[in-house]
Parts: sequence; structure tokens; C-alpha cells
Amino acid sequence: MNAKNSNPAYLEYVSKISPKTNEKRSLFRAFWVGGTICLTGQVIRFALEFFFGLYGDVLAGTTSIILIGIGSFLTGLGVYDRIGKYAGGGSIVPITGFANSVVSPAMDFKTEGYIYGLAAKMFVIAGPIIVFGVLGSVGVGVIYFIVGLFL
Amino acid sequence: MIDVLLMFLKAFVVGGAICTIAQLLINYTKITSGKILVYFLLAGLFLQAIGVYKYIVEFAGAGATVPICGFGYLLAEGAIKGAKAGLFGAFTGGLASASAGVTAAIVFGYLNALIFKAKSKKN
Repeated sequence: MNAKNSNPAYLEYVSKISPKTNEKRSLFRAFWVGGTICLTGQVIRFALEFFFGLYGDVLAGTTSIILIGIGSFLTGLGVYDRIGKYAGGGSIVPITGFANSVVSPAMDFKTEGYIYGLAAKMFVIAGPIIVFGVLGSVGVGVIYFIVGLFL
Repeated sequence: MIDVLLMFLKAFVVGGAICTIAQLLINYTKITSGKILVYFLLAGLFLQAIGVYKYIVEFAGAGATVPICGFGYLLAEGAIKGAKAGLFGAFTGGLASASAGVTAAIVFGYLNALIFKAKSKKN
């Protein structure tokens, strides 16, 4: 089958039968759920700072660890996928969505074993993120290093 | 106390706005969610590389660090700091500063996937 069908009548037919998401409503849902997850992050951050006296990198890192822990656990319970159905982008973009993208495929492919199933499939979506993140960071670091030589 | 509550509000609004941009991409383009994550990460990385994202972080706190672009910010920030120490720092600084997130994702990801069974996707 031709993946890039350019027949206008066919495209019109596809757009007619594909389910229409209510666009304004989906934006509102993404906003409030995404905002609430970030607010949760800010509350955790505040609590760690206020009650445990954490600061700087340790504060930021611990907040991420807790959020990723929560995201993984809710994915395991099957709750996060329901949030995802409701909130779309609001649940994908926060770091809890990153955790979800690790746990979800890992659970699905557990039947293929603990090494090539679970451990390998953890990185189906998270892998590219780490790859491009590391490539980008080394690029930025090298540019800053070279620029620094001339300043 | 007002400061803290104002920060909560800013985190909510800015974080929500970033997620709304992602939802706009989902609604009006054919970009898959995996690619959206990569693009947002690179956007955060680029914005910090030109020195902009840290101001968003200062303004919005977790509203800017919790979305995946905050992860890109962290990678760029670490690399820039490392580059001041030398080429080795430029090479390792990014992943070093993102190590908490990556380690948490691997450890909690593996353990949760180990403990829980995949549900049938009928609901």
C-alpha cells in the first residue's frame, strides 16, 4: 500500500471518517493536566527545600527522581494510560510521561523475557530521547569549549 | 508565603502552556508523541545553548523543569558548565547533570515493569 497517498478524494474520505477530536477541549485538558503535573513538581520541590533543606542540583535531581518514580508507578497500576487518554499532550510532555514511555513498552514486552523483552524495550521511546539529548549536549559543550579558547 | 503561592501559580501556568503547545502539534500536525518528546527536548537544549531557558526556569520553576524541555535544558547546562573545565567536561557534563533523571527512569522503569502485569487494552 502506498503510505503517501496523494489522491485528494481519498484524503478527503480519510479525514471524513477519522475520529474528530474536539480541539478546544483537548487543548484545555492538556493545559490543566500538564499544569497540574508541573504544579505537583513545584510542590515537591518546595517541600524538599522547606522540610529537608535540599538546594541546587540535589534539589532539582531529587524532584525529578520522585516525579519519575510516581510516573512509573502510576503506569504500572494502569492509571497513567487513562490520564494519557484524557490529557494527550498534557501527560506526554512532563517528565512523568518520559517515565510512562519507559515502563509502558517494557510491560507489554515482558513476555519476551527479562533481557531482550523488558530491558531492551524500555528504550523504544526513551532511547531516542537519550541519544539526541547526549548528542546535543556534547555538541553544545564542544562549541562552548572552542568558543572559550578564543575568549 | 505569597511568593511560594505565586511560584505554584507560575509553575501551573507555564507548565500548562508548554503542554498546550504539544497538544497543538498533536491536533494540527501528524507528529507522533515520541517525536514530540525529542523535538521538545532539543528545543530546551537549544534555548539553553543560546542562554534563554534559564530565565524561563527562574521565572516558572518546575513549570519549566518538569516538561521534557527541562531535561534538554539540564543537558545543555551541564555541558556548558563542563566546557569551562575543559574538553572532558564538555563531553561528560551533559549526561552527568541529567544522571538523576536517567538513573531514576532505568531503576524505577525496570522495577515497575517487573512487578506489574500489562493490562488488556480494552477499557
